[in-house]
Amino acid sequence: MTFLTTGLGAHIRSASIHGKVRGGEHSARSVLFLIALWLCLFVAFGVLLTLIITTLIDGFSRLDSRLVTEYPASAPERAGLRPAILGSIWVIGATALLTIPLGVAAAVHLEEFADRKKWFNRAIELNVQNLAAVPSIVYGLLALGFLALLGVQNKNIVIGGALALGLLVLPVIIISTREALRGVPLEIRQGSLALGATPLQTVWRQTLPASVPGIATGAILGLSRALGEAAPLLVLGALVFVSFDPNGLLSGYTTMPIQIFNWTSRPQAEFHELASAGSILLLLILLAMNGLAIFIRNRYQQRW
Amino acid sequence: MSTLTPVGGSALLPGRPAVSLRSNRPRHGETFVRFLLRVAAILTIVITGGILIALLVPSIEFFRTVSVFDFLFGDRWAPRFADASFGVLPLVTATAWTSGIALLVAIPLGLGAAVFLSEYAKPGLRKVLKPVLEILAGIPTVVFGLFALQFVQATVFRGLFDLDTGAFSVLAAGLVMGVMIVPTIASISEDAMSAVPLSMRQGSAALGANRMQTTVRVVFPAALSGIIAAIVLGVSRAVGETMIVAIAAGGQARIVTGPLEQGQTMTGFIANAALGDSRVGSLEYDTLFAVGLLLFLVTLLFNFISIRFVRRFREIY
Amino acid sequence: MPTKTRAASYTTGSDQKPTIHFPAEHAERSAALPTVPNAIIECKDVNVYYNAFRAVTGVDLSFGSKEITALIGPSGCGKSTLLRSLNRMNDLIDGARVEGSVTFQGEDIYHKEVDAIEVRRRIGMVFQKPNPFPKSIYDNIAYGPRVIGLKASNMDDLVEEALTRAALWPEVKDKLKQSAFGLSGGQQQRLCIARTIAVKPDVILMDEPCSSLDPIATSRIEDLMYELREDYTIIIVTHNMQQAARVADRTAFFTALASEETGDRTGLLVEYDLTKKIFESPADQRTEDYISGRFG
Repeated sequence: MTFLTTGLGAHIRSASIHGKVRGGEHSARSVLFLIALWLCLFVAFGVLLTLIITTLIDGFSRLDSRLVTEYPASAPERAGLRPAILGSIWVIGATALLTIPLGVAAAVHLEEFADRKKWFNRAIELNVQNLAAVPSIVYGLLALGFLALLGVQNKNIVIGGALALGLLVLPVIIISTREALRGVPLEIRQGSLALGATPLQTVWRQTLPASVPGIATGAILGLSRALGEAAPLLVLGALVFVSFDPNGLLSGYTTMPIQIFNWTSRPQAEFHELASAGSILLLLILLAMNGLAIFIRNRYQQRW
Repeated sequence: MSTLTPVGGSALLPGRPAVSLRSNRPRHGETFVRFLLRVAAILTIVITGGILIALLVPSIEFFRTVSVFDFLFGDRWAPRFADASFGVLPLVTATAWTSGIALLVAIPLGLGAAVFLSEYAKPGLRKVLKPVLEILAGIPTVVFGLFALQFVQATVFRGLFDLDTGAFSVLAAGLVMGVMIVPTIASISEDAMSAVPLSMRQGSAALGANRMQTTVRVVFPAALSGIIAAIVLGVSRAVGETMIVAIAAGGQARIVTGPLEQGQTMTGFIANAALGDSRVGSLEYDTLFAVGLLLFLVTLLFNFISIRFVRRFREIY
Repeated sequence: MPTKTRAASYTTGSDQKPTIHFPAEHAERSAALPTVPNAIIECKDVNVYYNAFRAVTGVDLSFGSKEITALIGPSGCGKSTLLRSLNRMNDLIDGARVEGSVTFQGEDIYHKEVDAIEVRRRIGMVFQKPNPFPKSIYDNIAYGPRVIGLKASNMDDLVEEALTRAALWPEVKDKLKQSAFGLSGGQQQRLCIARTIAVKPDVILMDEPCSSLDPIATSRIEDLMYELREDYTIIIVTHNMQQAARVADRTAFFTALASEETGDRTGLLVEYDLTKKIFESPADQRTEDYISGRFG
């Protein structure tokens, strides 16, 4: 960063208020810098756009009703995602039931009741931050070890997958719930307490209801991340040939990303098309979930 | 006025029979629910403990058979062969290559995008680009993997440039992984730069600095710890990413010496080995956890560094 | 994510005139004050601390039942802090601690067996900024009776009566189900008063209730206070001396002392008497200086 000091003398001498000098807003360096910034944005968005377009082109021919109604098959033209879609619904549904109550409860404790001066509560906070950055595959190993500990023979069960994904989503839900609770002004809590409400009544009837939009947004985003996640389920043996509809928490299952992964690892180009078609479907679902989250945030978020 | 029959006295007039402030029913329900909330919070610690135990117990089994030294410094990884060898270096080199390439892509692109959004973009554009960036950050990594394998490796590298490379390469996986990490780095460092007080920018502008000089010499240094935190988080995401490398980097564990070679990363090994249904308690099963433990420790280290930097930049203002 | 707001650094009161020496331990206890007949709340040697910092020192003060008492003084003189210690709202602030005794109807509210929630049911509070809940007007009023388990035979009647007493009923009777956020600032503050009345407290604490309102809304609140005085004890903190002169039966004047070493400002009760006496013939020079606008 020496360019400023070296050019300073000349700069001052030739200074003019029109800004056509070195330090001006239109100097060659400034313009180059801005171009470089544009380029960064352009390349990043460009590659992501290419990704979406190539996926669309590759998968478009197989984006038909068979994709959602058929079971996986060895012949690509007869193969579909039906059990994987149902499996994703089962696993994500179970994940939501497992983590939302737990995550919200933990967040309420940390935000509303825990004494932040106690080292133990600070340790919990630090720990949640850490959990949010643990690689997803490690959660798969944790669930695998846990199921082995329980002596479960068949690790490919819906509840096992929900356990791994739940651990993944939990920090996201805790962090977004805390942020939502923090957004409720202190005056609301004080108003409630001054009327003789207990702290818990205040949380249950004021703070938490006012935070619901924020919590819902965070939960949807967290669950959409879990929906696209494949690695932990791979470890749990979800890469199986499933030709039936999963029908319970102990049922065998596969999910959409796993089925897509399965198809990418086949040599035939037709399977790759199928994988692209599956990716499009998955992206559409995720886009819908994200859109819903943004809608809730904009429509229902309380402005104080 | 309407007739009201509250518990005592008439209407809203105060002066209920003077009940002592102490004569209160104990709130058992309240205590119990707050206990439950506390348990939920403590459970998050239990999960971390669980991760450690789940990884440590099989790992200890593993290290009874294989010495730590051979594991960390051995250069041959062949856990399934008759003359099994457990040197983890091939996996580590592959991880280093893919992560390194990813960061070479992600750091400049991510920071450039962040500077643009924070310092140059008009509020309207920023309001559109930030959510788009966040949505892009949510694209499933399987989709990125497919893109790396089919488009980057097959169409571009082999088709367009006619490069001397096989079906897989650490370069393709790394490049795509880099693009995947861009939104993460951009989003966090943009937050850090936006947090720099306007007064600092105005102070710089008042001395005659232009926007670029202000950005490079004032905003960037002020936000440095936040930016470093973003980069460190990017590193830990790159090291822990599984699906892209499992699909596009290849499946043979060999020391990687060039970007066009294929290689199996730590995560790639875990994903692949888990496919072959290994029996609980077998050496093969324990191997998974030993590699998982190494991975966990590496990312944990990066996380702690990142959290420390975030703290610092929070304290500055 | 980084927070963009930071704690504002506040300037110390060292430039405050006249220079007052910080007293040694309890050196300057408030002078013997005229006794208040029929006191409902009594403070004896009350000190309020925030961690090591003493915000209020050695206050002896009694509040008469069904009277309006005003607490006045320059900013930072601890009057709001003292007010919050009367219904244990200070409990909610980390590091806040009250020494000395505060009794309500003869009972020490800081006794360890006393339930702070019960205290707040009997001693309600209205805040500086109107803080209606993000609910309907109706639910804002019904909230208090519901949470304390008050069994009104008919909640609709209770809501109507509370709103009537707060002089808000005619304005809102046709929109009870609408959000309270749609009301004007003055209406919102009257709603908060109505909400407080609905739980039947004995005392209502008001912390600068009119500071965010225009003169017309302010005068409506003052009228309302005067009416409520028939049934309730009201203690009001105000910046506005005319307001104290208009509504209060008694007035307590506080001042702030700046510590020479740290610049921290500690509140101290200077004079307490009938409002007329305070404003017409104050006994203390500091009171007179403040009343006549010479400082503060």
